[in-house]
Amino acid sequence: MHFVSFVDEILMAKKTYVAAIKDALAEEMRRDPNVFLIGEDVRLGVFAGTRGLHAEFGDRRVIDTPISELAVAGACVGAAVTGLRPVVDLMFGTFLYLALDQIVQQAASARYMFGGQAKAPVVYMVQNGGGISAGAHHSQAVHPIFMNVPLLKVVSPSNPYDVKGLLKAAIRDDNPVIFLSPLSLTGARGEVPDDDYIVPLGQGEIKRAGGDVTICSVGATVPMALKAADALAKDGIEAEVIDLRTLKPWDEALVLASVAKTGRFVAVDESKPICGAASEWAATVAEKAFAHLKAAPQRVSGKDVASPFSPVLEKAVIPSVDEIVAAAMRTMQRETVIGNL
Amino acid sequence: MDNDKILDIYTRMLRIRRFEEQVGTLFAQGQLPGFVHLYIGEEAVAAGVCAALRDDDYIVSTHRGHGHVIAKGGDFNRMMAELFGKATGYCKGKGGSMHIADFQIGMLGACGIVGGGIPMAVGAGLSAKYRGTDQVSVSFFGDGASNEGSFHESLNLAAVQKLPVIFVCENNQYGEFTPMEKVTGVRDIALRAAGYGIPGVIVDGTDALAVYDAAAAAVQRARNGEGPTLIEAKTHRKGGHAEGEKAFLAGGVYRSPEELAQAQAKDPLTLMHGKMMAMQVIAPNALEELDHSITQAVVEAVTFARQSPDPKPEAIYEDGWL
Repeated sequence: MHFVSFVDEILMAKKTYVAAIKDALAEEMRRDPNVFLIGEDVRLGVFAGTRGLHAEFGDRRVIDTPISELAVAGACVGAAVTGLRPVVDLMFGTFLYLALDQIVQQAASARYMFGGQAKAPVVYMVQNGGGISAGAHHSQAVHPIFMNVPLLKVVSPSNPYDVKGLLKAAIRDDNPVIFLSPLSLTGARGEVPDDDYIVPLGQGEIKRAGGDVTICSVGATVPMALKAADALAKDGIEAEVIDLRTLKPWDEALVLASVAKTGRFVAVDESKPICGAASEWAATVAEKAFAHLKAAPQRVSGKDVASPFSPVLEKAVIPSVDEIVAAAMRTMQRETVIGNL
Repeated sequence: MDNDKILDIYTRMLRIRRFEEQVGTLFAQGQLPGFVHLYIGEEAVAAGVCAALRDDDYIVSTHRGHGHVIAKGGDFNRMMAELFGKATGYCKGKGGSMHIADFQIGMLGACGIVGGGIPMAVGAGLSAKYRGTDQVSVSFFGDGASNEGSFHESLNLAAVQKLPVIFVCENNQYGEFTPMEKVTGVRDIALRAAGYGIPGVIVDGTDALAVYDAAAAAVQRARNGEGPTLIEAKTHRKGGHAEGEKAFLAGGVYRSPEELAQAQAKDPLTLMHGKMMAMQVIAPNALEELDHSITQAVVEAVTFARQSPDPKPEAIYEDGWL
């Protein structure tokens, strides 16, 4: 590496996605003594997001548990309604299925069904989606299941800066939050300031401005949408790329304002098309921005099959840059020549 | 045990019995929406356990939860209003019979899912330990719940963390309409404690004083930081799984005449009453007065509930995100 770029790298404080998770956890645990970390192997930190925290915070605040997702998820609710702020690392999004009863029926329901007597500020932290050949049981984009649960918040950052800001916001939030780190972005690097900053839940961001077509994405599909926008620009099409950052509550106003400007909409998400996140966005745009639309909204979702192991097969299941470009082209009523990309 | 404590336990039991009798009547008259699962026959368990607790201790309850709320000191008016679905109820009409909670008295909620409340009780125990208080947490559940994964995971988690939790299995012999022995690999649920390396205690769940003694020992152990205990209180439902169940059982019979006779013979209030008379804990006329005042309070609760306003439809959007 050239010396100048080496210095640039240091000055920009580039960190990985998981290092940003660790920064957020450490800062919030220092700030609030009621915040603690719990889960299987959090002391060791399998994805490194929790590694090293035990050395600073000890057994009391970094609690290794049995492989008992259901009991741990529910115990966090019991701890939360009695005044604490647990952050539980359940590793994979698919492991949330084991804990579903406690997350849906207790964490999400407690406040409402008890008439406002309780609050359950628990953060359920997992790696979500596919892209690393982890196979069917470890590679699913699980978020639509949780988007359908009233009073859960669902967050999925696409870059290390947002990871830190959103995780800190999630920990401070008084509601239960599902915090989804895209598995394929675990090693992604980006600038992470040392400051104590927050990215508010529920606010999306325009990652690239453009007037021709709105591409809405979240988590793992944000880098793909940006690459697609680069490709479209070569063809003279200016795409506006939105990173929603929070899946629920989602920044409807930002999306609708963008569509009012562009008149074209492409929803890109890794989850499946039936009741998936992209479907929700497309339906909302069709319902609320119909007068602005110059073409039918398009969806790019994960294929409606299980996650296959082979890298070739998995790639065919997950949304691709080519598919996003093709969808944008359809809204421009132009044929795509995928071979040219 | 001193007379005051005995009377305290009996008062809790009588409050449960009179409240539940009234609820049964109201349900039969078609005045209550939804389902109700009455605690009649099991009063000695909630009363014996809660009498061994401090006000700041926690309990987590079940779908058959009215008795636990009352034993922990719950308010008749707000309970009855909740059963009527009124705005003045504990949960403003959003919870109903199976979701009554009173966080002010450490009652962290009834739970409509069998075994669903057990992990929460473990979490309350974890919280007490984390905060360095000497509070304890009680998880009430039935024999049926001991076949749920949540039971297994929770007992193990509490055991390895040495949490101040008392697991109280109210073994009323039936999971809904299925006799326990048909679906359970052990005769005594308490045996399962060995699988988690914690004490398992069997107690006659119709004997409130025996329940109290077992609970007091388990509470002491928990406060001392020695970890959880599983108490199996063998008891009987005097009524069915749910009120009005005959309508959907369509004449089906699931309880043996012998067990039904046993359930009638071992009424926990009658047993306790006999002991109190023998021990001269209270004069008979004072006991009658107590009964009268409780019955009166139940009647007043019904009036309160009836006169309370329904929730406004727009309240569906209240008590949501903070």
